[in-house]
Amino acid sequence: MKSMEEWDWAPGKKIVADLEKWQSGYAAVEEPYVSPDGEKIAAIVKTEEESYTVCVNGTPWEKTFDKVWSLRFSPDNRAAALVSDTAEWSVAVDGATWENWFEFVWNMQFSKANSAIAVAAQNARSYFAVLDDTPWETGFSSMNNLTVSRNGETLAAVVQTTAVKEGDINAFQKGCFSVAVNGVAWKNAFVNAWEIDINPDNRLVAVEVRHSLYDYSIAINDEMWPSSFSAIWRPRFNPVDNSVTAPVKSAGEWCLAKDGELFWERRYSQLWHHFYSTDGKSIAAVVAPTYGKWTIAENDTPWDLTFKELVMDAVYSPDNRHIACLGKTDGKWYVALDGKAWPTPFDRAWPPVFSPRGEDVAVKVEIDGKYAIAVNGKLLDIPFAVAWNPVFSPDGKKLLVKGIGTGKDEGKYCRHILETESLPRK
Amino acid sequence: MATTEPKANDEPIVLDDAIIEGAEKLSEEDIAQVINDMIRTEGGARFKAYLNTCMSCGYCSGACHYYLSRDKEPRLAPAAKVKQTLGEFVRKKGRVSRETLMRSCEIAFTDCNLCRRCMMYCPFGIDVAFLMLFVRRVCHKLGVVPRYIQDTAHSHSATMNQMWVQEDEWIDTLQWQEDEARDEIPDLRIPLEKEGADVYYSVIGPEPKFRAQLIYQAAVLMHAAGIDWTMTEFPGWDNSDMCMYTGDIEMTARLKKVHFESALRLRSKRIVMGECGHAFRSVYDVGNRFLGWKMPPIEVVHAVAFYDELLAEGRLKIARKFERPVTFHDPCNIVRGQGLHEKARSVVRQSCETFIEMEPNREHNFCCCAGGGVINCGPPYKNKRVKSNRVKAEQLMAAREKGAEVVIAPCHNCHGGLEDIIHHYKIDIEIKFLIDILFECMEK
Amino acid sequence: MYDIYALARGPLAWGAFIVFFGGIIYRLAAILLEARKKDHVVYAYFSPYYAMRSMLHWIVPFGSRSMRQQPILTTVTFAFHICLIGVPLFLFAHIILFKESFDISWWTLSGMAAQVMTVIVLLSCVYFFVRRIVQPDVRYLSSTADYLILLLVVLPFATGFWAARGWAGFEIATLLHMLSGELLLALIPFTKLSHMFFFPLTRIYAGSEFGAVRNAKDW
Ligand code: SF4
Ligand code: SF4
Ligand code: SF4
Repeated sequence: MKSMEEWDWAPGKKIVADLEKWQSGYAAVEEPYVSPDGEKIAAIVKTEEESYTVCVNGTPWEKTFDKVWSLRFSPDNRAAALVSDTAEWSVAVDGATWENWFEFVWNMQFSKANSAIAVAAQNARSYFAVLDDTPWETGFSSMNNLTVSRNGETLAAVVQTTAVKEGDINAFQKGCFSVAVNGVAWKNAFVNAWEIDINPDNRLVAVEVRHSLYDYSIAINDEMWPSSFSAIWRPRFNPVDNSVTAPVKSAGEWCLAKDGELFWERRYSQLWHHFYSTDGKSIAAVVAPTYGKWTIAENDTPWDLTFKELVMDAVYSPDNRHIACLGKTDGKWYVALDGKAWPTPFDRAWPPVFSPRGEDVAVKVEIDGKYAIAVNGKLLDIPFAVAWNPVFSPDGKKLLVKGIGTGKDEGKYCRHILETESLPRK
Repeated sequence: MATTEPKANDEPIVLDDAIIEGAEKLSEEDIAQVINDMIRTEGGARFKAYLNTCMSCGYCSGACHYYLSRDKEPRLAPAAKVKQTLGEFVRKKGRVSRETLMRSCEIAFTDCNLCRRCMMYCPFGIDVAFLMLFVRRVCHKLGVVPRYIQDTAHSHSATMNQMWVQEDEWIDTLQWQEDEARDEIPDLRIPLEKEGADVYYSVIGPEPKFRAQLIYQAAVLMHAAGIDWTMTEFPGWDNSDMCMYTGDIEMTARLKKVHFESALRLRSKRIVMGECGHAFRSVYDVGNRFLGWKMPPIEVVHAVAFYDELLAEGRLKIARKFERPVTFHDPCNIVRGQGLHEKARSVVRQSCETFIEMEPNREHNFCCCAGGGVINCGPPYKNKRVKSNRVKAEQLMAAREKGAEVVIAPCHNCHGGLEDIIHHYKIDIEIKFLIDILFECMEK
Repeated sequence: MYDIYALARGPLAWGAFIVFFGGIIYRLAAILLEARKKDHVVYAYFSPYYAMRSMLHWIVPFGSRSMRQQPILTTVTFAFHICLIGVPLFLFAHIILFKESFDISWWTLSGMAAQVMTVIVLLSCVYFFVRRIVQPDVRYLSSTADYLILLLVVLPFATGFWAARGWAGFEIATLLHMLSGELLLALIPFTKLSHMFFFPLTRIYAGSEFGAVRNAKDW
């Protein structure tokens, strides 16, 4: 796997592909996807023979299929898609299909660190996961919330361990759902289980559960917190000490709980999507301190800045010193950094991206029907008809900007490398 | 002085075995404790103001189709439903018998569609639907809920959809509909997970399960109008919500979170939803509130408003108008729920030759008697549901006499309810969705 | 006799007014605070325009479809409420008392008008009573409290009418009038009669939700 340092970071603009030309070669071209390094652009295409394949930088895969969907690039820049042939389904990676074929596959995911590919699959109404072409040995009568660990070694999913007939409410309430880790289900069953988190060394799996119609808790490796709450959201492992926190509802208000006990002091109208700094020392979350007002709370202290409609896509900078997020008020999207919003709002915005040392923030935005990249509050003067999220180089000196241009670059997919020194400063 | 026993009811007291089983597990102490806890923690200002202010004047009685259809049975007057349920809870300080609890459960779940018509007829604007929902929440907490709707709530919790549709079945249905539609329009797509698409289209669980042709028709309409749209591959595609009707508001919150967050993740500009009334209510002013979103975090557009907009912008063109005379049923949840009645009429007038109004109409239309989760309480209550909406039958018959051959109802539940009514009262009228009409009449 | 009269004229009257106003303030404050805690939607969606719109439709006679559907009830209800509030507020005999005590006065009704209006109140009460007994749904809805508050209203008006006519025993009637009037006043905040000041609250909420959020009429 080519590391990010090895990507082409030479400043300048490169036209990678002219998509207008693709149109003439095929019966239909679907929306394009771009590799993380920006060197490849791909789309599902329909050939003149009524079959489908993937076209990468103008060259189609050799094989064609009855159907192709869910085209995505892995973190290591391979193009992967779900494909079918004679009513069977598999995964094709850079044109080569897996050996295994299934009655259906979906929910393709990549592990962040090493680009392992996971999918959910079904054969004869039995559900299981597949990791890099290796299916689980056991199947279940249903499967949801498939989650892949960072290094791709662990796959966990909520599975149904006891079948229930429709209408059998008593059986359901006894608990029919559990968690399968790498194909092996936990012993305990719950009424429901939902979102999963896997700790960094893959040994621990935490999941939010409901163990009666009214009691919500967190189970970690098949062991439930002794306490229950009236509602709960996704748990998170502390990246350093493996403690688990989750937003919980208690006495009608939300609070962050840690290892089964109420942890933060303040009570919120809503609290969710909490996340850790990499050193595990700080926790931040999206909160509504009062009804209809949204902000970020870091270590239980909310920002003064609030938004009326929502706050989302919050992240710590890699150096853990800053937090950036998106906020929406009166239909306009704002980027907020450490409790201050950039002055100009956008029609739409995508997740903020920090430079490695946290000094710059770049965001893909939409304004008046055009896309652009905003850096530190100012728009770069490169208009796009379609754009992808920007990427900083590991040394923070370059910014990779990817998009399909406008004007003389119309229909052309370009890759720009900009020097961060030339970017607008805060 | 005061109350007399009402005349004997022709229904057996409790029809649902799940209600009986649930109640049998409870002692009077259990019941009292839950009722009193609920009143203490959730019986807020509205609850108190409504209960204190009702003057027992009966202005609301004539608003309710149950009351009118069942020969003005006093116990079916909206305020009477409150009196028999919460009235008893409060009067007896929670110490009500199992029988009262079971009756309360049936009243709240199957004698009220939460249609909010009576709220428009009460001088004080007392929201009987709100109070019936309070009763339902108490029933939920006590585990005394009709079987069918409880099962639906279970499905929601396990699959995030109403109909136990598995993740692959959903995708498979969309691909199947896409294939079908391609026979008609070769370059048609049902784009899945298309990030950044303008429109995120969501439907209710029964569409993939029973009415997949509606997805087909929607895809053709999106294609004809040139809409940049998408649907999600993942749970969250279902905008419906029976948990809001069983009183499991924690689950409603979870369902709506998944729904909104999938649209936000795809960063669509707005959610357009199919023709469903209750789902609109859940997304527009119920579920979002439970989550702390004062208004939906992303604009939600009901199909009716969407069609009207497409016609007004000329993106959708009518090739030839629908010839048979039509009438229109105003679904409570999008009319009293968002005032879409004029937009609906504008779509009907643009697409149909002859439009005949039902009386009463717009905000004053009678509910179909299926809504509020009543049809979801299943077969045990079908007979009652149909008998309790004679007024709807009369309304339809009058429209039929004026010449209407088709009744358009842009709501799934209304379809179920009206179908049963049309069948039972033998009314010679056909029922259609608005999209059925548009699909037939538009330029493709 | 004179002592009781003095009591009714002085401390009891004071007491009734204090309980009346104090009670209203207390009940309103309590409910508004409770709404802050448990019903934040009431504040969150408050819209002055739609609240007023809704109010107007419901304080104008026949302003709603519901009122038009029940013309007799609506006519009686409006006549009743106008007279019920008008008579005590503009009765010459009452104004005199205010004049004596506080040296303030305002426009008054003629004696004849006041008597006619009193009769309207009394006849309305008879109508309400009969309706409560005769109409099955209302009969079913009615509880003892509903009948008692009718009596509570009838008493001061009946005795007041008696006193004003100067019929035999009018001194007693006057006394009873004062006592029952004070009782009525003091009980308003703590019985269903509190609908008098809850009306605006529930309507403001209904009007705001219907108008500002749901884009629909509520009348
Ligand atoms: S069914 Fe509708 S009109 Fe009847 S009580 Fe319920 S909300 Fe009111
Ligand atoms: S109209 Fe309103 S005040 Fe009158 S009985 Fe019905 S709910 Fe009570
Ligand atoms: S099903 Fe239709 S008519 Fe019935 S309550 Fe729902 S929206 Fe109203």
